[in-house]
Amino acid sequence: MESVTTPPIAELRKTPLNAMHRRLGAKMVNFGGWDMPVEYPASGGLVAEHKAVRSSVGLFDVSHMGDIRVHTGNAAGSALAAVQHLSMNDASKLAIGQAHYSAMLYPEGTFVDDVIVHRLNDDDFLLVINAGTREKDVSWVRENTKAFDCVVEDLSDAYTQLAIQGPRAQELLRKLTDANLVVIKNYWFTHGTVCGLKNILIARTGYTGEDGFEIYVPSNVSTSEMVWSKVMEAGREFGIIPCGLGARNTLRLEAKMALYGHEISDKINVWEAGLDRYCKMEKGDFIGRAALERAKAAGLTRALAGLEMVDRGIARDEYCCCNENGDVIGVITSGSPSPTLSKNIALAYVPPAMTAIGTPIYVQIRAQKCKAQVVATPFYKRPKKTAAPQAAAKF
Amino acid sequence: MAYPANYRYTKEHEWVDVKGDVAAIGITDYAQHELGDVVFVELPKVGAKIEAGKTFGTVESVKAVSDIYAPASGEVVEANGNLQNTPEKINSDPHGAGWLIKIRLANPAEIKTLMDTAAYEAYIASQSKEASA
Repeated sequence: MESVTTPPIAELRKTPLNAMHRRLGAKMVNFGGWDMPVEYPASGGLVAEHKAVRSSVGLFDVSHMGDIRVHTGNAAGSALAAVQHLSMNDASKLAIGQAHYSAMLYPEGTFVDDVIVHRLNDDDFLLVINAGTREKDVSWVRENTKAFDCVVEDLSDAYTQLAIQGPRAQELLRKLTDANLVVIKNYWFTHGTVCGLKNILIARTGYTGEDGFEIYVPSNVSTSEMVWSKVMEAGREFGIIPCGLGARNTLRLEAKMALYGHEISDKINVWEAGLDRYCKMEKGDFIGRAALERAKAAGLTRALAGLEMVDRGIARDEYCCCNENGDVIGVITSGSPSPTLSKNIALAYVPPAMTAIGTPIYVQIRAQKCKAQVVATPFYKRPKKTAAPQAAAKF
Repeated sequence: MAYPANYRYTKEHEWVDVKGDVAAIGITDYAQHELGDVVFVELPKVGAKIEAGKTFGTVESVKAVSDIYAPASGEVVEANGNLQNTPEKINSDPHGAGWLIKIRLANPAEIKTLMDTAAYEAYIASQSKEASA
C-alpha cells in the first residue's frame, strides 16, 4: 500500500497545542498548510472519536480557524453596515450575544468562505473563518470595508479555539466555568471565567451536528495546554477522548454541514449549495446579491443531493456520478462511511431533476459503476432534548 | 506486533508467506496502523492473474483509500471472503486472519527480491524516523 500520512514539512503552521497532540501520539496531517491531528490511535482512532461525540463528549483543537473582528470607528452603525455588505445573512437581526451561520460572497454569488458571525456588541462583530482561506478572507474583509468607518482586526493568532462537543458537553463545561450554560441557546454565546481565566468567549456552536461549545482562550502554549488538560480531566467521568480532523469530517458530513473546497467554493453559488435559508435577499444590497438574483431567474443547473450507497463501495470526494445510461451527470463533493449510520454516504452535485428522494445515481468507483440513491438530508439529526428549558423565541 | 520471521516484505508494506508454490499476501501491521480502522476491502476473483508491482486490490479505512501492490506474479487461487463482513480483521490480525489473497506463484524467484524480516524492520524504523522528524 501507499503511505497515507504526510510527513510534516518545516513550513507547516502549528497551533499552540501541537506538542500536546504529538505527546498524545496523534497521527498528524497537512490540512490547508497546518500540521493538524487527524486521529488519535492511542485512544481508539477516528471511529471511536466519532462515536464519543455522538454518545458522550469529545475535545477538538480547532485553533487553526481564523477570527476577524470588525468593530466601529467613529460612526455608530458602521461596523454593522460593513458586515451587512460582506455577509449574506442579516446581521441586524442578531441580538448581542447571538451568532449565526453566513457566508462572504464574490460578486458572482459564489463563496469567498462560510463564516460564523458573532455579535459582541451593537457595533462589534467577530467572524470565525476557515483555516485554509485565512489570508484570503482577511484581505477580502479589509478590501471591502474600506468605504466604512470601521476597524478590522485579524485576531486569528490571539486565540486557541477548543470545541467541546457531544451530549455531555454542558455537564463537563459547567465544572470549569461560572457562566450559566443552561441559558445559552444553540448559536448564542456569553463571556465567563473558564479554568480561572476571565472573560472567555463561550459559544454554543460547533461543526459536528451535536450539542456542544466552542471556547476561545489566550493562545500562549502554557495556557492552552492547561485548559486542554483541565477539559480532559473534567471529562474523564464521561469518557472524553481527544478528537481529530477525521472525526470532525465524518461528523459534519452526517449533519450535512458544508466544507469549503467541497460543497462550497468560488465556483459554486448559494442556490446550488442549498444554503438559501442563510441568504437574506430582502435585507438590502450585499456583495454577490445581484448575481444571485440573476442566477435565481436563470434557474439551477445543479444542486446538492445526499446519497446513500446501495451497492458495496464507498463514494469518495471527486468521484464521478452517472445516470442509468452511464452518462456523467455530476460529482461527489464529500463521501465517507458514516460511523453513526453504518452506511456509506456522500454529498454530490447533480442536475436538479435528479435530486428527488429515491432517484438512482451511479457512482464511478474505480472500474465499476456502483448504485446509490438520493436520500433525505441531513443524514443524521440529533435527538431533541426532552427536558430542555424552552427558549424565548425572538423571531 | 512482531513481524513473522518466515515472511517477506515490500516497500509498499505488503507481506508474503510462501508455502510450496502458493503464497499468501496481506498488508503489514505498520500499514494497517497507518490506515486506521479498515472498513472495506476489494479483492480480485479466483483465477485472476496478478503481476508483481501492479495493484491488485484496494483496502479502505474511513478516511483513506489504499491500493495494494502485488509482491509477486501469479494466479489467484483463493481470496479471503471473510473480510467482506469483517474487514477489521486486517487491523486486529494483519499477519494472520487478515490475509487478503493466495496466489500460485508464476515465478518463485521473484520472492528473493523482497525484504526479509530484519530488512523490513529496519525499513519501517527509518520511515517512522522520517515521519517524526
